[in-house]
Amino acid sequence: MLYFSDLLQYSDVFLSALKTTVELTVLTTILGVVLGTVCATVRQYGNRAGQRVVSVYVELIRNTPFIVQLFFIFFGLPAIGMMLSPWEASMIALTINLGAYSTEIIRAGLASISKGQIEAAKVLGLNFRQTLTRVIFIPAFEKIYPALTSQCIIVMLGSAVISQISVQDLTYAANLVQSRNFRAFESYLVTALLYLGLSILLRFAFNALGKRLFAYRTSN
Amino acid sequence: MSLVNLHQVHKYYGDHHVLKGIDLDIKAGEVVSIIGKSGSGKSTLLRCINGLEQYQEGGITVDGKEVTTEDIQVRRLALSVGMIFQNFNLFPHMTVGENVMLAPTIVLKKSKAEAEATARAMLEKVGLAEKFDSFPEKLSGGQQQRVAIARALAMSPKVLLCDEITSALDPELVGEVLKVLEQLAKEGITLVLVTHEMNFARDVGSRVVFMHQGKVWEQGDSKTILSNPQTDELKQFMGAVL
Repeated sequence: MLYFSDLLQYSDVFLSALKTTVELTVLTTILGVVLGTVCATVRQYGNRAGQRVVSVYVELIRNTPFIVQLFFIFFGLPAIGMMLSPWEASMIALTINLGAYSTEIIRAGLASISKGQIEAAKVLGLNFRQTLTRVIFIPAFEKIYPALTSQCIIVMLGSAVISQISVQDLTYAANLVQSRNFRAFESYLVTALLYLGLSILLRFAFNALGKRLFAYRTSN
Repeated sequence: MSLVNLHQVHKYYGDHHVLKGIDLDIKAGEVVSIIGKSGSGKSTLLRCINGLEQYQEGGITVDGKEVTTEDIQVRRLALSVGMIFQNFNLFPHMTVGENVMLAPTIVLKKSKAEAEATARAMLEKVGLAEKFDSFPEKLSGGQQQRVAIARALAMSPKVLLCDEITSALDPELVGEVLKVLEQLAKEGITLVLVTHEMNFARDVGSRVVFMHQGKVWEQGDSKTILSNPQTDELKQFMGAVL
């Protein structure tokens, strides 16, 4: 028999856990995409040294497990004097992780912008920063928007791992509840559905944002 | 007085010697057509004039100021040299109006109202006033190229460079773009065109420059030179294109 009603008394735990996961997701999505944008710009248009630094960062993160990155930041860094709270460590780890993956994605978008667009901006007298922000970014992001939003959702789902350093996120709540009442089936099922709901919500938000940003594709 | 002056300009791509000592003097109000086979250095020459390409020897001045590829210099140069490309290069995420207003607002720091008035006037000039709020992808190639002309004109350039601007157009759309150019020529704008439109070069252009193997092979008054070419290479070229 299944007893979902046994979870009701823990609804506060689930709610506050949901809040933690949502907060971390929103924050790291914004910071991670900003980081990825900066790194992609350096990698696409920067000098050789900058490109190399970005390459090392991207390859380091993309070729190591997220949980190891997280443990390194949380358990490893105190050895060199950087004490971070579980929440801070998670925020940093998630941002760095999304930053690396989104660097590669965004760079593909930048690479898709024809040289002609950049030259057109140049002969109109725009400087490089103006060319980036006014001419390059929007069409570049449009090209890779589906891939980028998928990556953000992957990172949100991957954030389940941070329960391992005792951040009280959704997965932490599921573990806690099932260890108290032994309703593992119900607890994890509800948690999975909450993640599913979050994913759908996030996708919905990204689509709405995309419609605004890339309105030129549909209007007229 | 010369507006654009090239003195012994040499340009190399690696070992490839593209421009082999170009001397050219263009006066205000002239309409100069640069013709020649592909690979003869026509486009490269044009791109050197506005600093998009670096040249290794010689000197280029526009309105008395030296041209280099230094970023800041290119931007200052952009104020006196407009350029139109073969592939239009309109910004796809901006409306026609925004395309034309962009540089006047952020480079010349004009107010939005002022930039909009200029943009509307320029679009009127190219016959596209009603497309102000349309996006480029909704326009035909010919219309897009006319918008590109309006965008360049909005910066009130002293000289307008046109790099094969009708080559990517369907034949029936070439006429509308050439008509705009003809109108500009009548108004006295200095035009330098790399073109394959011999009729336009003859009827509207004041001078034709024939380039061959990286050199100015032959040049002169457009009607004279096209009806009576002197060198074998130009004769051969004329035979091939007409």
